[in-house]
Parts: sequence; structure tokens; C-alpha cells
Amino acid sequence: MRVALLVTHIRAEEKLLLAAFNNRGVSPDIMLDRELNFDVTAGAEQLAPSGIAWETYDVVFERCISTSRGMYALAVLNSWGLPSYNTYETAAICSDKLRTSIALARHGIPQPHTRLAFTPKSAMTAIEDVEYPAVLKPVTGSWGRLLARVHNRDSAEAILEHRQTLGDYNHHIYYVQEYVDKPGRDIRAFVVGERTIAAIYRASNHWITNTARGGMASNCPVTATLHEICLRAARAVGGGILAIDLLEDAAGNYVVNEINHTMEFRNSSEPTGVNIAQEVVDFVIERIGVTA
Amino acid sequence: MTEQSHLCLVCDGELDIPDDVMENELIVCPECGSELEIISLHPFQLELAPEVEEDWGE
Repeated sequence: MRVALLVTHIRAEEKLLLAAFNNRGVSPDIMLDRELNFDVTAGAEQLAPSGIAWETYDVVFERCISTSRGMYALAVLNSWGLPSYNTYETAAICSDKLRTSIALARHGIPQPHTRLAFTPKSAMTAIEDVEYPAVLKPVTGSWGRLLARVHNRDSAEAILEHRQTLGDYNHHIYYVQEYVDKPGRDIRAFVVGERTIAAIYRASNHWITNTARGGMASNCPVTATLHEICLRAARAVGGGILAIDLLEDAAGNYVVNEINHTMEFRNSSEPTGVNIAQEVVDFVIERIGVTA
Repeated sequence: MTEQSHLCLVCDGELDIPDDVMENELIVCPECGSELEIISLHPFQLELAPEVEEDWGE
């Protein structure tokens, strides 16, 4: 089995995945996104950075920390018919919070009340429509960067002016959500194919609970209810290997906050007792159906 | 696990490089916090890791 592991760098997750592949007798070729140079007018017969033609790979496993590089590489590779995890379509939806919201809405999956506006004036109206406190997010971005919880009109005006003046065009897309008054934690659930293999609570005194921002991980039991909403959310974005971030609202109901297509999981195997890397790798090997 | 010693490119502080380190892995200098990328193991070569970009993350 020939696997291309597409990365920006080697992180803890990629080392775990490589070890999991090695456990199954597979040695992926590591491709650095900085070394990619595609002839998009030609096809998969061209050579990958490994010196081997792309068409000889059974699967491309995209693990780039750079969302744009990973997504556009998948666009090319999938156009040549190369299987990948995840697919370009799934990556394109998950890397864009607006497209994720649209997919969730079309499938009737609970999510925070979300509005979209394009000018500071209409964004102010959107903020007041969802009511204070509201949350402003860039449509692309991770690790809780540039999120703003807005408590009143004064702070809304200041943030909108800063974004309009200092931000590039991406920051002039105003994605506005209601603030969900969660119980000091959110949930990250790991979906592999049709299974929710594990979930963690991410607890923090800060309203942003990402573990990259200091949120503490602990095991979250995967109940039938949690699995059901996670599976529906995963299917809504095309499925694959996904991390679903959920919030619990005041009534204790789940709402899907976002979906990650190149998930980090280094802090999640220990509290859950689930070897996430091995689960992921075994899924890829089984789906590709080529023996080592 | 044994470790090899190398110096940080920024502060000359001593880095502890685990034996199982891989090419293109990132390490953090324990003294100054600089992030460094191991671009080659043989010979051992480090570079400053690129700055985090706006689209980085999961």
C-alpha cells in the first residue's frame, strides 16, 4: 500500500499517525507542502516530491497545518482521481465557517444562531439581531484566533472599525453568532467514518476553550445522543475523519459549533483511552482496501 | 530515550533533541521559547520555524 502523507511540518499527531501506519506494515511517503509544484494542466503521471508519480499512490492523507495549502493540494489531487482523506469538498466546507454553517443548516443540525453581513453597518444590525453578547469570528482560522465576544454597542463599534480598517478583505466578511452560555466547557468529538470513536470535554475559565489556548481535556462519554448529532454533522460536510466541536446550551442540548478536517488529537487519546491515531489509520487502510 | 545536545539558533541555549526526532519536526528552545524546525538529521541542521500564518490550525 502506497500512502502519501501531506504535511506542513511533522507535529505530534503526524508522528503518532506514522507509528500507527508502521504498526500495519505501511511506511507513508512524507510530502512537504512547501515542495509541491503541480502542473495543473497535466495529470497524475507527474512526479510527486518523492520522485514517484502521483498516480502510483493509493491514497493521499492530508495533514497540513496550513489550511489553504492542504485544501488546494486536495483540489488538484482529487481532480486527478486520487483518493484522499479528507476530500477536497469536505476540506473546503470545514475550512470555511460560513460554508459549514450552511451545510449544517441545510441538514437541520442544531447550531448557534448565525448571521452574515458585509459592512460594519449591516454587521452592527446582525450583532443586535443575535443580541448581546454576540460572537464575531473570521470565516477562516483556527485555534481561537481573532474571536471576539461583544457585550455592547460600544465594543461592537470598536471591533467592527478595527476589522474594517486593519483587516484584509477576509475580515470584511462579518460572521456573527449568538453567544452560547455553555457550562465552562465544550465538547470535541472524533468521528471516523460512521463511528464516533471518542470525545473530550475542553474545560476552561476562559470563554475560548481550545486546548491550543489552555483548555483542559477530560473524557466525555459518547452517548447515543452525542453520536447521533456528530454523525449527522459529519455526513453534512461529506464525512471522513473529522473532529466535531459542540456546545451545550442552557437547556443541555447540543449545538454544533464547528467541524475540523485536519484535527489535532495529541491531548485526547490519554483522557479517552482511545488510540485515535490507530483508529484513523485502520479506517484509511480498510477504506482503501489495498493490502500492505 | 537518550538525547543529543545542540544550540539554539536564537539564544545559543542548549536544546535537548530526543533520539526519535524526525526531519521537519518542530522543537521549542527551553530557554528562549523560539520555535525551530529540524530540516536535516544527517547532517543535523536547524532553521527558525516559519511564523504562524492566519490559516494555520486544525
